[in-house]
Amino acid sequence: MKYQSQAVALPYFIAAIALFAGQVIFGLILGTQYVIGDFLFPEIPFNIARMVHTNLLIVWLLFGFMGAAYYLVPEEAETELYSPLLAWILFWVFLAAGVLTILGYLFVDYNTLATMTGNNLLATMGREFLEQPLLTKIGIVVVALAFLFNISMTMLRGRKTVINIVLLIGLWGLAIFFLFAFYNPTNLVMDKFYWWWVVHLWVEGVWELIMAALLAFVLIKVTGVDREVIEKWLYVIITLALVTGIIGTGHHYFWIGTPEYWQWWGSIFSALEPIPFFAMTVFAFNMVNRRRREHPNKAAVLWALGTGVMAFLGAGVWGFLHTLAPVNYYTHGTQITAAHGHLAFYGAYVLVVITIISYAMPILRGRAANSPKAQVLEMWSFWIMTIAMVFITLFLTAAGILQIWLQRVSETPMSFMMAQDQVALFYWMRVWAGVAFFAGLVTYVLSFFVKGESKPLSA
Amino acid sequence: MSGTFTKAMARNVFYGGSVFFFLLFLALTFDTMKALPKTDNRHNLTPSAAAGKHIWETRNCIGCHTLLGEGAYYAPELGNVYTRRGPDFIKAWIQAMPTNAPGRRQMPQFHLTDKELDDLVEFFRYTAGINTQKWPPNIEG
Repeated sequence: MKYQSQAVALPYFIAAIALFAGQVIFGLILGTQYVIGDFLFPEIPFNIARMVHTNLLIVWLLFGFMGAAYYLVPEEAETELYSPLLAWILFWVFLAAGVLTILGYLFVDYNTLATMTGNNLLATMGREFLEQPLLTKIGIVVVALAFLFNISMTMLRGRKTVINIVLLIGLWGLAIFFLFAFYNPTNLVMDKFYWWWVVHLWVEGVWELIMAALLAFVLIKVTGVDREVIEKWLYVIITLALVTGIIGTGHHYFWIGTPEYWQWWGSIFSALEPIPFFAMTVFAFNMVNRRRREHPNKAAVLWALGTGVMAFLGAGVWGFLHTLAPVNYYTHGTQITAAHGHLAFYGAYVLVVITIISYAMPILRGRAANSPKAQVLEMWSFWIMTIAMVFITLFLTAAGILQIWLQRVSETPMSFMMAQDQVALFYWMRVWAGVAFFAGLVTYVLSFFVKGESKPLSA
Repeated sequence: MSGTFTKAMARNVFYGGSVFFFLLFLALTFDTMKALPKTDNRHNLTPSAAAGKHIWETRNCIGCHTLLGEGAYYAPELGNVYTRRGPDFIKAWIQAMPTNAPGRRQMPQFHLTDKELDDLVEFFRYTAGINTQKWPPNIEG
């Protein structure tokens, strides 16, 4: 660790992993409810469990991004963090807000929660991924602004590297587009139109900047490749991401009451969205092949390469699979969407956060890299989780294809619930793949507790 | 990545390209907002339908159902449920929940009043009238 204040990243990473575990446990509950419909009903209805599952994902990724920024920005800027105290305060505020919100979902009736938290003053709740009470949403904005102030001040008084600039643009974009979460017009078409300004412009826009910056940082560290080369790649990748991704929003505007021309704009631009992910894969492998040093942290290199490949498969290939309007006409709102969502989030954002954690955590704990034994276990967890997620995706894809056939293509279309019964086999297989994923996650957590001789930091 | 393509050029392409395509996106958004009255069925967006949307949101219906294909994939599409089932069936169905059939997917009982049920149905009547470019492919959603 070059700067003492980087240490504040540690609690953020720990919280991220803990909430990740919570997310996966709720994923297992949901998977079970798909096949045993009354499982945990009425204590935890499906809609509540799903909200906990998706909101925990968002919160833990944000913890990961913030932890990454606290670690990376001072090191890039070559100065101490502007205010480590503020970072600590925000950590507890954000954790408390996150935990209270999840407890609210679980123990308070959602309608009562809405009334209690001012949803009648400004109705923002009950929209997918933006289910948070108004107070939580305001809290997110306050924490985000204070966080951005802290790291922007850090960057401004130090070296302004390309990685820092790109990361900051991404994080500012994240905060700015979240403001559309407060806009909820009664007109459903407009509601949906601007809802995507949060959801799409996050995950297929500014988050890609954050992801590319984190990946570039880790690649510089573990490969020793010249910064000039990596920074040029970084600019090219994020250019491709925004040039395709911004108009690519149009692939959500096919069937929600918007003009027909979006079928052209959305299809063409989103068909190009795999390109930046492909570039990231080529970039990662290229830099590792041209490495000038053998970094002792082999696990971090594996996570970094895995990010490139799995993001390309999940976001790129599985996204392209159903992004053309004539295809999407049949796949829209089916298990194909769920399949893509799982592999894309895992490949791009889960893996990039674990990559930076894998690189930074040993250093935060006072060593250059973990012991070989710990790294072997960590690498096992990569393979178990990744293969399990590939199978979750394949089973959901199979379920989706069958669902579409029975319910939408057939001459004698089945009702939704009848079609669901027909695809139950694949839902069962998905649950078992989910159990395997959980085993991988347990392996990952255990890898932090493996003792053994590790390389000292001074090396 | 040869020497002729410099980092400064890459940076300029990034800023120029991003700003250009964001402005294009804004222009398309502006055009869409002008065109929406023709497709978004706003003349059927009555106060009752608006109240229905509020009920839809505060019961977190999107956590199980899709609406115009967006939401969770656990329960049927409801954007066209008004056309598929009609108002009386929808109200009777909501009131009959949960079925408590062993092993089957369960929908919670929301204890909606008659007025709230009417508002929700009015909301579904409005959503069923939105021009969705002929989606879904058939009535089953």
